[in-house]
Amino acid sequence: MGVLPWVWWYGFRRHTAYPLGSLTESLTNTMFGFMRAYVLLALWDVRPSLGGYDAADAVTFCFITQALIGPVQVFGGMELTERIRNGDVAIDLHRPVGLQGWWLADDLGRAAGSLLLRAGPPLLAGALVFPFRAPAPANLAAFAVAGVLAVTVGFGLRYLVALAMFWLHDDRGLNAVTLVMSLFFSGMILPLVVFPGRLGDVARALPWAAQIQVPADVFLGRHTGAGLLGALAFQAMWAALLLGAGALLTRAARRRLVVHGG
Amino acid sequence: MYGVLAWAWIRAAAQYPVSMVLLALATALVTGLDVAAILLLFAHAPRIAGFTAPEVLFLYGTSALAFGISDIVLGTTERLGYHVRQGTLDTMLVRPVSPLVQIATEEFSPRRFGKLVPAVLVLAYALTRVDVAWTAGRAAMVPVMVAAGTAIFGGLWVLTGAVQFVLVDSHGASKSVTYGGGFLTQYPMTMFARDFVRGVTFVVPLAFVNWQPALYVLDRPDPLGLPEAARFASPAVAALVCGAGALAWRAGLRHYRSTGS
Repeated sequence: MGVLPWVWWYGFRRHTAYPLGSLTESLTNTMFGFMRAYVLLALWDVRPSLGGYDAADAVTFCFITQALIGPVQVFGGMELTERIRNGDVAIDLHRPVGLQGWWLADDLGRAAGSLLLRAGPPLLAGALVFPFRAPAPANLAAFAVAGVLAVTVGFGLRYLVALAMFWLHDDRGLNAVTLVMSLFFSGMILPLVVFPGRLGDVARALPWAAQIQVPADVFLGRHTGAGLLGALAFQAMWAALLLGAGALLTRAARRRLVVHGG
Repeated sequence: MYGVLAWAWIRAAAQYPVSMVLLALATALVTGLDVAAILLLFAHAPRIAGFTAPEVLFLYGTSALAFGISDIVLGTTERLGYHVRQGTLDTMLVRPVSPLVQIATEEFSPRRFGKLVPAVLVLAYALTRVDVAWTAGRAAMVPVMVAAGTAIFGGLWVLTGAVQFVLVDSHGASKSVTYGGGFLTQYPMTMFARDFVRGVTFVVPLAFVNWQPALYVLDRPDPLGLPEAARFASPAVAALVCGAGALAWRAGLRHYRSTGS
């Protein structure tokens, strides 16, 4: 138990080692935030209060989701995949710390670094230029919890995809499919409140919604009281399910490695 | 030379035919997400920012086709910063082939062509459904605008790549010009703020990829009030951008001093 906080710290240190690169990435995030905001404003012009959002909500949604791209890593990918491909994962498996626990701590460190370096510029630019729904302090505290849960759900999904490398030899096909699911169903392309009818209902129940849509809604203050607890419980449920599946898959992967004489 | 190198990579990829086809399909699917977004938008209203769904799909089709072709041909130039940092650019400079061609054909795979599938399908659909009084001029404008758009995006790829000779870490920011440009040209510029549209007309000439020619084809007034001639300026703008890109690349190469390892 004493090792994992250090793993978190070193993950944080590693991902804050090149601040300039992160800053340039956040510039692009900000640009895309502007463009998405304009598109949504055009829609809200003809359909005000669509899905219960007003125009300020929609714009704030754009910028908070752009700010979350870094920490939650919606575009997928994990260093573990490369380590499995070239066999370095054997070193990871030798450690007296569980594989999933180690990488979760590392990922949380990465997320903290990413939040520090990349989340600021989009939110600041959005708040300055557009009508912005700034969160109340209580919402901000709830958002912090939702954010951590979102990162954990994101980790769970990416960890499962990474472990698939033990069975598949080429991860690019699976990566592409999960990228599509992730971008579409998390609310990055369009907020899930815009999804009509059944599609919207299904989308809001999937784990990808817990990554982006739920923390964004918490930021906007759309969940209060019991509803807030329900939203956080939804995230926690998916986090637990995914981490459980990850633990099972890790055991299966270990067996596979042993069977192949590795 | 480009063809020879590209073909070599394609032959390598063809060793795993199933994977190749699947990856092409996956690429098509990822690119198609933008179409899904437009369709979802128009599920709620027939006109947004003064444009109907077929018109926006027309804009998407022309933009995505131009961007897709330029991405296939020159998209990998964005990796210049990575090559400079790794030192592999020096390896390329030793070879008797232009480094631009080498970087552009790097890992050329038929799956790149998957990017064109949604664009071609949507453009074909939009051309049949859009409400345009077709004349010879307007019909000729469509291939011209795709070609000019491809050239503009290609020039921008090389230009933003060349910036990485000087600012090695600028890849993150230059994505806002290339991928950002690809995204914003899918939508009518009436959605964006005035100053923003001025910026993408006069500073980074993305408005000439498909917006200005589309104003001619769809017969709409220009929200910025530019003269009629601007709608035909795309080929000239493309030549300018390509020229700037070529100059920047040559200058970067000439002044390149490696990491000194």
